[in-house]
Amino acid sequence: MTIGFRTIKEVPKDEFLAPGHRLCAGCTAATAIRQVLKAAGRNIIVTTATSCLEVATSYFPQTAWRVPWVHLGFENTAALASGIESAMKALRRKKKSEENPHVIAIGGDGGTFDIGLQALSGALERGHDFLYICYDNEAYMNTGIQRSSATPYSAATTTSPPGKKSIGQKTQKKDLVGIAVAHEIPYAATACPSYPIDLMNKVKKGLEVEGPALLHILTPCPTGWRFDISMGIELGKMAVLTGLWPLYEVENGVTRLTVQVPKREPVKKYLELQGRFKHLTEGEIKIIQERADRLALKFGMGPLRQ
Amino acid sequence: MKRVGLSGNYAVAYAVKMADVDVVAAYPITPQTTIVEKLSEFVANGELEAEYINVESEHSAMSACVGASLTGARVFTATSSQGLAYMHEVLFMASGLRTPIVMANVNRALSAPLNIWNDHSDAMAERDAGWIQLWVTSAQEAFDATLEAFKIAEDVLLPVMVNLDGYILSHTYEPVVLPDESLVREFVPSRPLQNRVSPKFAYSIGVVGPPEAYYEMKYQVVDAIEKSRKKIKDVDKEFGDKFGREYNFVNEYMMEDADYALVTMGALTGTAKAVASGLRKEGEKVGVLSIRCFRPFPKEEIVALLGDLKGVGVVDRAVTPGGPSNPLFADIATTLYEKGRRPLLQSFVAGLGGRDVPVDDFKLMFGLVKDVVKEGKSRPCVYVGLRE
Amino acid sequence: MSRLKGWKEIPIGGTIVEPGSSVEFDVSSWRTYRPLFDKKKCTKCGMCWIFCPEGAIKINDDGTYDVNLSYCKGCGICQRACAVKAITMVKEG
Repeated sequence: MTIGFRTIKEVPKDEFLAPGHRLCAGCTAATAIRQVLKAAGRNIIVTTATSCLEVATSYFPQTAWRVPWVHLGFENTAALASGIESAMKALRRKKKSEENPHVIAIGGDGGTFDIGLQALSGALERGHDFLYICYDNEAYMNTGIQRSSATPYSAATTTSPPGKKSIGQKTQKKDLVGIAVAHEIPYAATACPSYPIDLMNKVKKGLEVEGPALLHILTPCPTGWRFDISMGIELGKMAVLTGLWPLYEVENGVTRLTVQVPKREPVKKYLELQGRFKHLTEGEIKIIQERADRLALKFGMGPLRQ
Repeated sequence: MKRVGLSGNYAVAYAVKMADVDVVAAYPITPQTTIVEKLSEFVANGELEAEYINVESEHSAMSACVGASLTGARVFTATSSQGLAYMHEVLFMASGLRTPIVMANVNRALSAPLNIWNDHSDAMAERDAGWIQLWVTSAQEAFDATLEAFKIAEDVLLPVMVNLDGYILSHTYEPVVLPDESLVREFVPSRPLQNRVSPKFAYSIGVVGPPEAYYEMKYQVVDAIEKSRKKIKDVDKEFGDKFGREYNFVNEYMMEDADYALVTMGALTGTAKAVASGLRKEGEKVGVLSIRCFRPFPKEEIVALLGDLKGVGVVDRAVTPGGPSNPLFADIATTLYEKGRRPLLQSFVAGLGGRDVPVDDFKLMFGLVKDVVKEGKSRPCVYVGLRE
Repeated sequence: MSRLKGWKEIPIGGTIVEPGSSVEFDVSSWRTYRPLFDKKKCTKCGMCWIFCPEGAIKINDDGTYDVNLSYCKGCGICQRACAVKAITMVKEG
């Protein structure tokens, strides 16, 4: 078993996502992917679903990728990865090639939770040896901040606007890791680039296991969540510290909290930093606090700071 | 070499096995299923060394095929009707990324209403996808075209769709000559590994093509399919030299001195030929031209064979509702118009949703072509066999 | 801007064959603020480097950090990440 990183000093200096990509200033998805690639190393093939990340990193004639990279469509990146993984297996078995790279498929929350869920489920069920990464900025940011099934309750987006008869997003976020775990895959976890060592070690674990692994990464989006562009990493920390984004992993069905929060911050501190929650009343904040409390109970986080 | 009784679908499966494909990604759909069942069996019992990906949809089948093909693997899939329609957007990605995928499409009508029987509306709806389209008229041809398809695809780096009519060809057993596997391997040697997805090069594939680049990228597909004509001809010639059967872009029957002809595609050709043969005995100078290669469209052959005829009936097994004409007719008319050739053209639609097109219908069509020539003017599209 | 490539010159399928060529794309004009690094305060913890969305933070020979202004979009994440306040954001002139 590979030993994980313990400090930032041990993290490789290689940059496999080159500067000059066109993601927004302050985009934490870019931070997350940099970290993912540092943990994964050079011997990989990456597929990416249509998304912010895809359009901003592969605008012809320039690419930000320094590893082999393929984009096909919005909903099919897990299927694309299945084909690559299977073909390489066949070519090795038939002695036509000796290459044995890890396959990493990346999708946004729209490309994973919504339109790509079928292809993802198929690939997980079939047991391909690959790591699926969902970078979750909680809406369709690439098309201009429309709600997805990853958008949290009451958030304002352009298709879940608050109004006289609307509180914003009506529904609660799907449990993606729960869906993945229901396929009985060997490894699934949540992560956040605000906790880089935790994230990178989970990438390593996900690549190491035989069979499918899934990593669900929360990537705060200054444009869509409406916060100061310097605040993305702080937002990620606050999501974790409030209990709204528990960092955990499920290894062969066993769940383990990987970052303990001894004293949780009230969700209000997280919500008030974001324009998308500006319209909330104490009533909605209470509902969200109750959700954080439920998650804390489920994953064994500490009590609310009084 | 051996002669065996095979359905069209099994003939395809045997060709795929003999071509030693590396990856099959497929989803079952009637009437394609027996192809993928047979291939699963070949893989399960070790006769075919391939990864069989049991995808959860046709959309994923084609997506997995693109990924597999980019690694340099030889790749096959098969589908029909709704399955092909479900692949629609990925078909364009497959040609745009220049992946030499071979797919059998067992032609079936499109819903609604749900119908599992044969017509050509599925493939016609994908004619602009940048795929080479071959159409066969027998189980033997299905076998042969599938082998040719791998060779063509991998040379011109375009995907190839082999179309065979649902049930009429897919499920009918016919004698098929299976060549020795060693000869087949000589004809389609293992695909040389021209992989573009590899840790060796770190290419970015499937990128954003902005307005200042998309046009040029798309034109590459236009150019490639135009240039594929020569390769298709060469491969067919080589196939003929090796196995004794050649097909060309079109199949002509009694066309040499014909005054009138019907243009067909797929299995209808057989009945058309039989009727033409009978009419010849009655002194009618009729012929049949069937289109084997629909994309790229055989323009030269069409002009040469139809340009000087008195009348031509075009039998479409698909419709373009609200259009100026149906798909095959449109292509024939455009081809002839461009070269200033003006035989009288009569449009027919027949056999939608598996409706039988009997001998009498062909007699009627030949008769009508002769009539419109006499009248000096063609009639609006005739929907043959449609009840009022 | 260099001459745009014709259809015969573009690798098939629009493949980009130069990894990491985005470094040629100038993002520095996106910036309204830029980070100033105070080497004396730097504790070499690397948090600015690991959180930067751009990969615009470079490591000096002595282990301290600095910014490559060709790649910096001026988001200020590095400043927030710095526990000892070795980074200040200054307005672009």
